[in-house]
Amino acid sequence: MKLLIHALLGTTLSLLLLSQQTLADANSQLDGYRQQGAGPFSAEASERLWSSTSSNQEQSGRSCTQCHGKDPAQPGKHIKTGKVIEPMAVRSNPQRFSDAKFSEKWFLRNCKWTLGRECSAQEKGDVITWLNQY
Amino acid sequence: MNTKKAAAMFVMMSKKNTLPTPKSPGTSTADATRYQEECGSCHLAYPAKLLPARSWHQIMTTLPDHFGDDASLDEGLQAEILAYLSAHSASNKSRMMKGVGYDDVPLRITELNFFTRKHRKIPERMVQGNPEVGSFTQCNACHGSGAVKGKFNEHTVDIPGFGRWDD
Repeated sequence: MKLLIHALLGTTLSLLLLSQQTLADANSQLDGYRQQGAGPFSAEASERLWSSTSSNQEQSGRSCTQCHGKDPAQPGKHIKTGKVIEPMAVRSNPQRFSDAKFSEKWFLRNCKWTLGRECSAQEKGDVITWLNQY
Repeated sequence: MNTKKAAAMFVMMSKKNTLPTPKSPGTSTADATRYQEECGSCHLAYPAKLLPARSWHQIMTTLPDHFGDDASLDEGLQAEILAYLSAHSASNKSRMMKGVGYDDVPLRITELNFFTRKHRKIPERMVQGNPEVGSFTQCNACHGSGAVKGKFNEHTVDIPGFGRWDD
């Protein structure tokens, strides 16, 4: 009995800590961007960025929505390979933004492919904020 | 030889080598997992044995323009994955490499002689014209979970919407 209670307590505590950790990592990423001079962050700005299509010649017509879909709470699909991409919205996919290295890697690749340049700290902060709240 | 010397020799010869044997680069299970995680995030992590090391090298050193996509990786990870791929790549003598010159650097598995020969009888309506497959690059669509393991036995092929392939 005692063992059971201890096990339950342990699990609950670690789950709580884990979810705190997820939020903590998203927040620490935002803090990192603030230190680079970005902020305050706007979910609306992110929504606009998300749906916009690139006007650059090389990236003509590209948009986040092409792989991630218009609704980030739904799974997306890789535009070329058809591979299913898990939802970007944190409420649909709590793992999102729990690993800063992972986020930075994908921001780097995907912004370069879509916009032809890296996303600014402001843009990344806006996007994380929007997806956290969505 | 006296007993003391014999005993000393016996001890020396039976003493365990306590230094860890360094593994050849790219041969640990962690490397295989890393390849799956990094390269399997957009498409099937194509089995390393399907291309020669020189092809993997070309692919891994041009990731910012990876068949039209940006697949950039940090240098350390890039080197580790390349080591893994090279260690498990097709040798020039393998049947996969039939018809490929030693100077050729094939970049597409689907364009290998071996591949086209194996798939030449499959009608377009079952692949390119099939919404559940789309392209020969989607190996796992017809070859199932065996694809990622490098198993492509004809008898386990199941084409979505058409069923088993009976040749």
